Amino acid sequence: MREFWIIFKQAFLTKARTKSFAITTVLVIAGIFLLSNLPRILDAFDGMGGEAEMLKVVDESGKLFDPLAAVLKANDPDSELSVEQTNDSAADLEKQVRSEDIDSFLTLSLDGTNTIQATYTTLSSIDTTLPDDVKNALQTVQAGIKADELSLSSEQVDSLFKQVHVETNNISATAKSEDELNQARILVYVLMFVIYFAVILYSGMIATEVATEKSSRVMEILISSVSPVKHMFAKVLGIGTLGIVQIIVYGIAGFIAFKTSASEATEGIASFFSLSDINPMTLVYAVIFFLLGYFLYATLAALLGSLVSRTEDVQQMIMPMTLLIVAAFILAASGLGNPELGYLKYASFFPFFTPLVMFLRVGMLDLPVWEPLLGIAIMLVTIFVLGWFGARVYRGGVLMYGPSRSLKDIKKAIQLGKE
Amino acid sequence: MTLKIEHVTKRFGDFTAVNDLSLTVEEGTMYGFLGANGAGKTTTFRMILGLLTPNEGRITWNGKPVNYSTSPQIGYLPEERGLYPKMKVEDQLLFLAELRGMKRADAKRELGAWLDRFDVPQYLNKKVEELSKGNQQKIQVIAALLHKPKLIILDEPFSGLDPVNVEMLKQAILDIRNSGATIIFSSHRMDHVEELCEQFSIIDHGKQIVSGTLKDVKRSFGQQNVRIRSDYPLDALSAVPGVLSATATVEGAVYQVESDETAELLLTEALKSGPVRQFEIEEPTLQDIFIAKVGKEHA
Repeated sequence: MREFWIIFKQAFLTKARTKSFAITTVLVIAGIFLLSNLPRILDAFDGMGGEAEMLKVVDESGKLFDPLAAVLKANDPDSELSVEQTNDSAADLEKQVRSEDIDSFLTLSLDGTNTIQATYTTLSSIDTTLPDDVKNALQTVQAGIKADELSLSSEQVDSLFKQVHVETNNISATAKSEDELNQARILVYVLMFVIYFAVILYSGMIATEVATEKSSRVMEILISSVSPVKHMFAKVLGIGTLGIVQIIVYGIAGFIAFKTSASEATEGIASFFSLSDINPMTLVYAVIFFLLGYFLYATLAALLGSLVSRTEDVQQMIMPMTLLIVAAFILAASGLGNPELGYLKYASFFPFFTPLVMFLRVGMLDLPVWEPLLGIAIMLVTIFVLGWFGARVYRGGVLMYGPSRSLKDIKKAIQLGKE
Repeated sequence: MTLKIEHVTKRFGDFTAVNDLSLTVEEGTMYGFLGANGAGKTTTFRMILGLLTPNEGRITWNGKPVNYSTSPQIGYLPEERGLYPKMKVEDQLLFLAELRGMKRADAKRELGAWLDRFDVPQYLNKKVEELSKGNQQKIQVIAALLHKPKLIILDEPFSGLDPVNVEMLKQAILDIRNSGATIIFSSHRMDHVEELCEQFSIIDHGKQIVSGTLKDVKRSFGQQNVRIRSDYPLDALSAVPGVLSATATVEGAVYQVESDETAELLLTEALKSGPVRQFEIEEPTLQDIFIAKVGKEHA
């Protein structure tokens, strides 16, 4: 056991002390703070931009400008948009748009049936909110005109435009209410990302570590003092602990960031992370599936890493494994909109997909408890089998040198390990 | 504390890497292991370390098989660099020493002494990849010896070192041997083996083709060189029975002969054509033996 902890400590400390590790950690934390303060920063930039948007209107009918301005004001009282009537010709205004003196202008007229004809002219159509706002406002103006024509009272108009109220009612036994689902969706999505990235990152790290030790031949010294199996699991556990520490640091940073940046946009997210109104089981499952997912893929990564002799070949060797994780993520992401899709149920029991797909289902549906438990049990068995199998490959793999970069070498490695 | 290898055979599929190898290394002695590249030296070392299991025969150290409980007593220097390139010398050596069962504080003390001895104390906090090849080799040697092993396996310990450092390292190894360690080492350099080892083996294609003490091997080699310098023609001498080959030199010739009798015959013949200025029987060097034995196998 002594050797196990020495290797564990070495795997953890050497990695934790590297410059690249410190830099990544600091960068991610900076990123979290930046992201959480993004609305504020954008506001600041907006303020600096200075000039409020100006919409020039050519009203050929003479009847439309005032109602339009009034409706625009009523729809968005905080709007910085200023509307100005002008008598400049369209050609003149077009010139002004081209020379970027103004952003856009609107030409309004009424046709024979008293229907509004409008042309919105701008340099490019990057800004879509303004035309939409204008369109909505014009719609209201037109409704008013038509109502006058038909001599409808404003109540009658209101009743005409009454919104349909649709309430979604899920009667499936496993479904959650729409509200719950929306809330769960964000949490599940965030945690899915964390699991996905952590698994890809740290298992890649394991494979590279093993390959580095092998290519630098330090492996021969290591496994002559400690059995390859012990070495492998100490390594997996050491890097895993490193990952957990890193994620906890990020978590704390994120928590502080969202707490301190009490801007309007992040308030929702901040209350979200206050852990008050979310299902604590979702977090428990996130931790379980992160750990199991990590161990599953890390064991596989160590196995694959032991087969290559040069660190350059690592990426190629772990490619199939990476594809598995990506597939799991795509499957899970496809279920964010509808977690009850039939294939997700089957996929969630395939051990390499379980950490993401089962987590999605358990986070967004009211599953019977046996389903996640069965998924966890299948994963545990797979990890055990993979660990046992991996240890056998590892034993021979670490002694095998040469241009080995295909999965066929697994057989050779087992053979060598047996001898 | 004797290392015993008895009739060990190791096969990888159809390929026989080591074939019926037997040798004994007594406590406090050094054993030389010679062989061309791919002869099976590293495989043998890996079997001694317990990384590979022989198909036949057995290897014992002090009467017991080698396994992880004995590994703290073993020091191993692999042929190629066996260090973490990005780790600092101190961290690295302390880690490896701890792994071999040494206490960190003891290892730290010993480490200082070793670095001083090898004239490299300034590298304590350098990364291994920043050192020159020769200095890396010194660190590698320290890694193999730091935990005071009783059985030391050195695979090509002198490669990449300049003559001054080779002497420094030889002295360190001799000191350790004198303190009672059992050492087995491989080399391509015959002169090192000749100088350091009481006993040695030459293996070729997994087979032990020569083994024993230096003196016995040389005596039983059955070949020696006769060097004759003379101002008179020596052409007739190559026809003397027992002469294996003749090479003309500037002032005479060198003959490979089977026995002392042939040498005497040569002298008699040479004197017939005129006075001889030099007559010398040279012992074969290990180099001659190696080339004769291994070269013959290859031919």
